[in-house]
Amino acid sequence: AFPRLNPEKAEEAKLKARYPNLGHKPGGSDLLRKRLQKGQKYFDSGDYNMAKAKIKNKQLPTAAPEKTEITGDHIPTPQDLPQRKPSLVASKLAG
Amino acid sequence: ISGAVQGAGGDMQWCLSQAKGSLDDDVTEADIISTLEFNHTGELLATGDKGGRIVIFQQEIENKRQPQYRSEYNVYSTFQSHEPEFDYLKSLEIEEKINKIRWIPQKNAAHFLLSTNDKTIKLWKISERDKRPEGYNLKEEDGRYRDPSTVTSLRVPVFRPMDLMVEASPRKVFANAHTYHINSVSVNSDNETYLSADDLRINLWHLEITDRSFNIVDIKPANMEELTEVITAAEFHPHQCNTFVYSSSKGTIRMCDMRASALCDKHSKMFEEPEDPSNRSFFSEIISSISDVKFSHSGRYMMTRDYLSVKIWDLNMESKPVETYQVHEYLRSKLCSLYENDCIFDKFECCWNGNDSMVMTGSYNNFFRMFDRDHRWDVTLEASRENSKPFQVIKPRKVCAGGKRKKDEISVDSLDFNKKILHTAWHPQDSIIVVATTNNLYIFQDKMN
Repeated sequence: AFPRLNPEKAEEAKLKARYPNLGHKPGGSDLLRKRLQKGQKYFDSGDYNMAKAKIKNKQLPTAAPEKTEITGDHIPTPQDLPQRKPSLVASKLAG
Repeated sequence: ISGAVQGAGGDMQWCLSQAKGSLDDDVTEADIISTLEFNHTGELLATGDKGGRIVIFQQEIENKRQPQYRSEYNVYSTFQSHEPEFDYLKSLEIEEKINKIRWIPQKNAAHFLLSTNDKTIKLWKISERDKRPEGYNLKEEDGRYRDPSTVTSLRVPVFRPMDLMVEASPRKVFANAHTYHINSVSVNSDNETYLSADDLRINLWHLEITDRSFNIVDIKPANMEELTEVITAAEFHPHQCNTFVYSSSKGTIRMCDMRASALCDKHSKMFEEPEDPSNRSFFSEIISSISDVKFSHSGRYMMTRDYLSVKIWDLNMESKPVETYQVHEYLRSKLCSLYENDCIFDKFECCWNGNDSMVMTGSYNNFFRMFDRDHRWDVTLEASRENSKPFQVIKPRKVCAGGKRKKDEISVDSLDFNKKILHTAWHPQDSIIVVATTNNLYIFQDKMN
């Protein structure tokens, strides 16, 4: 079947044109594993405690306030994690 | 009111009865509605949101101002069901978002429901208190203790009426049984057990026992590199307490019989529609992923929702569905952009009406679709305050897929993909429907009845 007669195949051609490196197993491992890892935050308590032990008196390096992603040399601290406060406000559906 | 005969879909005239929620254009994330469920009589409607809160509405049967409108739902109880947590060991943030609410059939004056987030299921008791004891001998009315030496006579405390108070209390917490994210809970018809399903496993619980559960399905491969499909939804059969089904990201539904073995890894039936391999594309598997599975009230059929369609399956026929309804086929030529903006992964739910003659599901642009199975009729309606005046019949909508757009039609490119209706519910006995937009609730009723 010609791609232009099948709308789905035409869309596939469009996608492959934009992302030539797209893998050939779309519903397979990569997508599914990404789905299973939802919620992962980059805080390693082991790294944090080892860094604390090594540096002792010095301050731990902290990320610049604008940075949203914590990578590389920066050791995340519990303060860097987004503060998860429970919702104390009532639902607006009840208002 | 109960047992109202529902006319053919084409005769139905839906009117907006109530709209609830903030009118703000800016949506607070916590207010995003994540689940919706009527109880078995339709008297109570529970909603759960991303902020972990549950709001329960109760139907006012006698509406004195407008006697013909019996679908006024008012707030009955509201409480915080789940709180956000952080699992430091796994570096995992656990959202408080309520994924599912399921009511337990009522056995006494109190109401019970199960609510779940990604990791923990809770059993909540919702009870009414309309009297309190008064006239204690050793306590003042404000609770302070009296000096016993001042008591010169005795009286018998009595119960006196008080303003109705509805209390929600957590009775059981079913925790630590799921490594992956819980997508479904389903109460068994035996009223003693229930199942909870995550991406790879399904567990069976007893409602009274929180310290253990039985694993009944496990599709985790020994090597995670070999992972090809995940569980997307699961439900117990409404009458057969040994039967349940679970759907997958590959578009299959497996039916299992718990009498066959303790671990139901071998299905007793597998429902799958054969696909033409020449039509297969990059998107085929993604759009075949089933986002919801619901048994009919009769127990003879089940309905599945995938990205573009709703399918009805006869439980006696595994080879293909008996009915297929296109929800928004015009999106097939937009799959590339829907993949880029992640909309292709949206999980739409679906529901049956009370006598299984009609089904409903949501779409984009705050549109929702209804299909009349008996009369092969369907309609697109919109949940919008601007376009619906209370008690006026709402107009059907039409999407123009291409070519010349008629007046009153909306073109595919004008659809707002941020306005998704993922959750809808149909009153189990009456022609009353509830539709959830991102953060608002719309209640419609059929004018004819």
